[in-house]
Amino acid sequence: MSTQAPPAATVPGQDEVSARIARLDEARRNPLLHVEGLWKVFGTKSDRIIGTPDADLPRRELMAKTGCVVAVKDVSFDVAPGEVFVVMGLSGSGKSTLVRCLTRLIEPSAGQVTVAGQDITSATDAQLRELRRKHVAMVFQHFGLLPHRRVIDNVAYGLEIRGDGKAERRERAQEMVDLVGLSGNEDSYPDQLSGGMQQRVGLARALAVDPSVLLFDEPFSALDPLIRRDMQNEVIRLHHEVGKTMVFITHDLQEALKLGDRILIMRDGAMVQVGRPDEVVGAPADDYVRDFVSEVPRSHVLTLRWVMRDPRPGESLEGPVMGPDTVVKNAAHKVLASVHPARVVSGDRLLGVVDREDILRVIVAEESP
Amino acid sequence: MLLGAILGIWLLGWLLFEGVATLPLGRATLTGFQTRLNELRDSFDAARDSNVFLDVVVGGIRDALDAFVVGAQDLLSQAAFPRPVPQVGWLGVVALFAWVTYALAGVRSTILVVLSLLSFGVLGYWSESIDLLIVTFTAVLIAVLVGIPLGIAMSRSRTVTAVATPVLDVMQTMPSFAYLLPLVLLFSIGPSAAVVATLIYALPPVVRITAHGLRTVAASTIEATTSMGSTRTQLLRKVQLPMAKRTIIVGVNQTIMAALSMATIAALIDGPGLGEPVIQALQTLDIGTAFVSGLCIVIMAIMLDRATTAASQRAESERRATRDPRRRRIALGAGAVLAAVAVYLSRSYLWAADPSRLPDLGRPLADVAGTATDWFTDTFSAVTGAIKDGFTYALLNPFQSLLADSPWWLVAAVLLAVAFVLGGWRPTVTTAVCLAVIFGVGLWQDTMVTLTMTLVATVMVMLLAVVFGVWMGRSKRADTAFRPLLDAGQTIPPFVYLVPALALFGTSRFTAIVAAIVYAAPVAIKLVADGIRGVSPTTVEAATSAGSSTIQVISKVQLPMARNALVLAANQGLLYVLSMVVIGGLVGGGALGYTVVSGFSQAQLFGKGLAAGIAIVALGIMLDRITQHAAARSGRR
Ligand SMILES: Nc1ncnc2c1ncn2[C@@H]1O[C@H](COP(=O)(O)OP(=O)(O)OP(=O)(O)O)[C@@H](O)[C@H]1O
Ligand SMILES: [Mg+2]
Repeated sequence: MSTQAPPAATVPGQDEVSARIARLDEARRNPLLHVEGLWKVFGTKSDRIIGTPDADLPRRELMAKTGCVVAVKDVSFDVAPGEVFVVMGLSGSGKSTLVRCLTRLIEPSAGQVTVAGQDITSATDAQLRELRRKHVAMVFQHFGLLPHRRVIDNVAYGLEIRGDGKAERRERAQEMVDLVGLSGNEDSYPDQLSGGMQQRVGLARALAVDPSVLLFDEPFSALDPLIRRDMQNEVIRLHHEVGKTMVFITHDLQEALKLGDRILIMRDGAMVQVGRPDEVVGAPADDYVRDFVSEVPRSHVLTLRWVMRDPRPGESLEGPVMGPDTVVKNAAHKVLASVHPARVVSGDRLLGVVDREDILRVIVAEESP
Repeated sequence: MLLGAILGIWLLGWLLFEGVATLPLGRATLTGFQTRLNELRDSFDAARDSNVFLDVVVGGIRDALDAFVVGAQDLLSQAAFPRPVPQVGWLGVVALFAWVTYALAGVRSTILVVLSLLSFGVLGYWSESIDLLIVTFTAVLIAVLVGIPLGIAMSRSRTVTAVATPVLDVMQTMPSFAYLLPLVLLFSIGPSAAVVATLIYALPPVVRITAHGLRTVAASTIEATTSMGSTRTQLLRKVQLPMAKRTIIVGVNQTIMAALSMATIAALIDGPGLGEPVIQALQTLDIGTAFVSGLCIVIMAIMLDRATTAASQRAESERRATRDPRRRRIALGAGAVLAAVAVYLSRSYLWAADPSRLPDLGRPLADVAGTATDWFTDTFSAVTGAIKDGFTYALLNPFQSLLADSPWWLVAAVLLAVAFVLGGWRPTVTTAVCLAVIFGVGLWQDTMVTLTMTLVATVMVMLLAVVFGVWMGRSKRADTAFRPLLDAGQTIPPFVYLVPALALFGTSRFTAIVAAIVYAAPVAIKLVADGIRGVSPTTVEAATSAGSSTIQVISKVQLPMARNALVLAANQGLLYVLSMVVIGGLVGGGALGYTVVSGFSQAQLFGKGLAAGIAIVALGIMLDRITQHAAARSGRR
């Protein structure tokens, strides 16, 4: 795993994206979710694997030798309050197991998980229930709705089991139904709704308890592409409105890049890379990641930070001024229209320049990889 | 191949040793073991008041059940001293049942229930019918109270499942005839023994189906609700039980049907109800009476099945009802008032209390049925006689001679070899134990005769199953035409099948076999049909496109691929046939079934009857194990 830092310091930039990045980096010193050295080994006698050389065997060999599967292998990361943290990897890479270990729906084999300072791994059953009822909510790929309850009662379920009053929970549930755009469907049953609408119910149900962390396990994989895009936008909108911290599992890179402040890439249970979308695309940690991101339109992800260079001697420094975290695609128009190279500036420091050729190189590379 | 060789050796042995070491036992003779069982019964009878377990535990259960049943009878069906009629007369009973049905199952079922109950009165079997309902529902009530919690426990704990499953297996595979006598040992005869027998037979479905329903609640829903912080109790109450509700009601339906069929048979141990007149009529060859009382049983079966099915569908639709719940409450309230009025009338006026004041259709119907049967047997006796004799001489007798007239050690060796070839060493061990038991209880030859009838009937069942199963599996239309018939056939208590079989063929082994075939065919046919239907259509299409004829598709593709279903059908067929063949002891089936029946009727033959019961169980377990393992093997292939 490597997080190759981009060249340049992170002084608060003048554009919004830079500001957000800086804010999250700062907030991460005091993370809402802290995961350290997390392991999950499936199989009998699985406890005899961690810390032995066996743990480093490839999955198939370990399976043949011990009958165990290492689903999550020494994973550590921090998530800042308000951050959208995406976990990505191919099928079987351990994403679902990882996210379930966070609330101990699956019991981790080793490691530590802390939510808002509370150690989850050593929590009692009652503490764990409290955490699940109030602080961490989850949205599932297959919805997991209660078929015998109306939409409104599904949404109110979490409030009901923690003992909220009837009127109170009804009001809150109605608010959530409205928030996810299901007004008018309160009295329907889940099987009367389309897949996308059912997942909205799942979303409303998770939001109803006003959790501080939302976990999503491939929530849109079962939906068809158009609806999936709608739902992604819905999540972005909700994130703007309620500003929840989110851990979002997906195997879809587009989705990861679209939603994630940062992305964790997993392979066979281990972390391969953690970084911002532009870092993952701009500096893939290994061939696995490079392969993953090879199809991505780079101009949509890379920022000027990744294409700028030092000004050549005698080069004009009169071009337009831009922030280092401006996405290439968004900068292209201005740079191409200008006769002078654009200046990439953070605060009042000149970081580098970008001219037409630099922009075109990114765009052309995309056409013929 | 191997089976052929075994058969060859067997035939050779039979030719050499026919009639040697066949271990026959005269009708009235008892072996030492059987005499000891008699003594055991005597000592149970003697100890009934002195032994703590028998007096307090068993006696307590017996008294409670007897009191409950008799109390219900006083209330609903039998003259409650000093009244000449029950506390609630027929009108009140009809109204009460109607109201309950309306509340649980809806209007259509209510009409069915009212008509059915009235027909019991009109046919002259009012009190017997209500008695049967009382015994059935007493057992069902206990089964539900015990069974649903047990099913819940099974769905949550592997240990409970591991302990309960084999017990339920035995309860379900044991032919119902076999445990009547052991219960008599404990409870003596009467309503309590009947209720316990019915309970044992009816408990497994509700337990199994409840556990299954709970276990199959979608894992994703369980996970989602757990992730929200539900406790285990909340999970059960708010998620699992509501989601499994429909399945559980299906389990209750099956338990009711099983209870009904056992409660009729329990007439043999003096259980009150419709079984009594049927048995009496069967034993006196009074076809007319047997027909009418049997008809009442059929009507009751249909009534219960339809009403509980409607109740389970309602459980689904009701919670979605968009109609105003207030209207329903008003209707229920009005119904309650009507029922109360009816109860009052039936307590005050004799016309509303005494069902014999109703027009009597039973007697004329019995006469018609009797005359029709006489006419039929007179006219067609040549035909039915030819069928019976042809079958008996061509198939039954030779095969019986092979099994029952070969030396016991030869037959035992053959059975062990067959068990080994079909199922491997485990069923072989079971077979050895079962054969030892049969040998030990001293009823070897009787058992072989029963085995013959069972095997012959099962072969016929399988022929029917393959013909109709393939037809239904291949044709949607045949399926829709036959399936309701088969379903109906399965809901009717087996007892009833004896009546038409007896009417056609008189008392004989063949009669028992016919009844057994009719009883077992529906299950087997359905299993085969489902197996054929389960063969992937793509495979069939591929075979057809490769130029196979229909016969080739059936014989080379569909039947081999449905092999597992065939073995399973044979397994179920065997068990159903066995349980019916022994009941056939009532209509001349002879052998073990007859021995059990005489154990009920003659005190000095009790021990022998009990021994026959043990032999039946051993036979059942042996056949079940062999076919189960054969099925597992064919599944693995
Ligand atoms: N209960 C279990 N017992 C044994 N092995 C398991 C269990 N659950 C998961 N695994 C194994 O752990 C590995 C990781 O599974 P996981 O479901 O976490 O992957 P995933 O990344 O979520 O895949 P997908 O994209 O298909 O959902 C897989 O190899 C899987 O076979
Ligand atoms: Mg997954």
